[in-house]
Amino acid sequence: MNLAAKSEAKAPQRSHEAIRVEGLHKSFGAHEVLKGVSLSAREGDVVTLIGGSGSGKSTLLRCVNFLETPSSGRIVIGGEEVRCRPDGTPADRRQIERIRQSLGMVFQSFNLWTHKTVLENLIEVPVHVLGLPKDEAVARARKLLARVGLAEKESAYPAFLSGGQQQRAAIARALCMEPRAMLFDEPTSALDPELVGEVLAVIRSLADEGRTMLLVTHEMKFAREVSDHVVYLYNGLIEEEGPPERLFGDPQSARLKQFLKSVS
Amino acid sequence: MDSTLGLLALSPPGWGGTLLIGLWASIQIAVGAFGLGLLIGLGGAYGKIYGGPVLRDCLGVYTTVVRALPELILILLLYFGLTDMVNKLMLALGYGRIQISGVVAGVLVLGVVQGAYATEILRGAILAVPPGQIEAARAMGMPAGKIARRITIPTMLGLALPGLSNLWLIATKDTALLAIVGFNELTLATRQAAGTTKAFFTFFIAAGVIYLAISLLSTWGFARLEAWARRGDPPRVAGAR
Repeated sequence: MNLAAKSEAKAPQRSHEAIRVEGLHKSFGAHEVLKGVSLSAREGDVVTLIGGSGSGKSTLLRCVNFLETPSSGRIVIGGEEVRCRPDGTPADRRQIERIRQSLGMVFQSFNLWTHKTVLENLIEVPVHVLGLPKDEAVARARKLLARVGLAEKESAYPAFLSGGQQQRAAIARALCMEPRAMLFDEPTSALDPELVGEVLAVIRSLADEGRTMLLVTHEMKFAREVSDHVVYLYNGLIEEEGPPERLFGDPQSARLKQFLKSVS
Repeated sequence: MDSTLGLLALSPPGWGGTLLIGLWASIQIAVGAFGLGLLIGLGGAYGKIYGGPVLRDCLGVYTTVVRALPELILILLLYFGLTDMVNKLMLALGYGRIQISGVVAGVLVLGVVQGAYATEILRGAILAVPPGQIEAARAMGMPAGKIARRITIPTMLGLALPGLSNLWLIATKDTALLAIVGFNELTLATRQAAGTTKAFFTFFIAAGVIYLAISLLSTWGFARLEAWARRGDPPRVAGAR
């Protein structure tokens, strides 16, 4: 108790800020996708990125865990800045691996490992990378599968599941690492419309329990309901941001008004 | 009929035992060469995909040259050329000549040939692994070596096995080429038996049956292996292309 209070007093910023992005630029060849974006998410925040196709929102998310190498800018996760070489790639392999382990990523196309059963997918990294004892990992995985409604499917291979089931399994896989924050990259965009609801319900339950999340989505109604902070990206820059009520209820910029009209 | 069975009897005056010793030598070389070829192929494939320009060029020369030349020439070249070079080196260093064992030489020579083909088979299979499989592993902080071992290689196995099964069958038959350098494998043993007894037909049919048995057994084994490697594949819909 004393210790926690002490460290909090020493670095009040660190204990509250889960993800900070500063002045992020990213180019693919001559094409500049991100032109200087900064944002931050405190512990427990749900920050949602919205924007049209090509606005850079997915690239921004993928730069946070260095799946894409930022051209310039700083990424700070839980108070720890990712150290980079002059060319922008992570300087310390161990550091970036550790940081990635603390960020649970969920992809548009699920990306479950096809040669492993659902249960094997969940325990793969906890057992073989984090060194968790197998029975402990299995117990944790079963709890999570029950939570996302897939208790019956633990020995199924991903190809035998529906898209919605695969995405729920992928969310459970990310949770099984007990991450500090979750990154969702358009988690429902590849799903048939009737399967979207079951995945959103799982994400909503995570938001309700106070998980820190960075979410890229096209589901505007959902974004409005779960977000603490919404960021509208246009052409590689933040055009407008704020609490969801204001951004959706009273948009200021003409582009955001236009965008909201086009997706509603 | 009796005389045929007598010729094929395992103990002298039958020649069956000689054939089996030859078969054992053939299998040893085939397994060794295939294994060596897989190791070279895996290294070659990763080198071609992720290596620097110099490494890629070297591997390009290796796969091009080895796959362009007839195997018989390669075997003569590598067998006599290599032993000659090794012995010249030994003499220059003041040691005596050494005798390279037939099995070791056969494994090395055929392994180098197999490696060139395996490099291309495995390179294609690795490139066919959906990028999302590897990306998911990277995103979860898996180190590169573990990604290769636990994600990429198991996933590409199902794609590589049909090609690798071909390569294995070629390995079993290429052992026969080593007869040319006097290595006592199945084909040379057969020729000796046939030459001595003049029962050419009997012995070459017997050898053919043995090669066929190896092939059938291997095909069955590889089919099981492939079914296992593809255990996570989506169910095939009847009538779908």
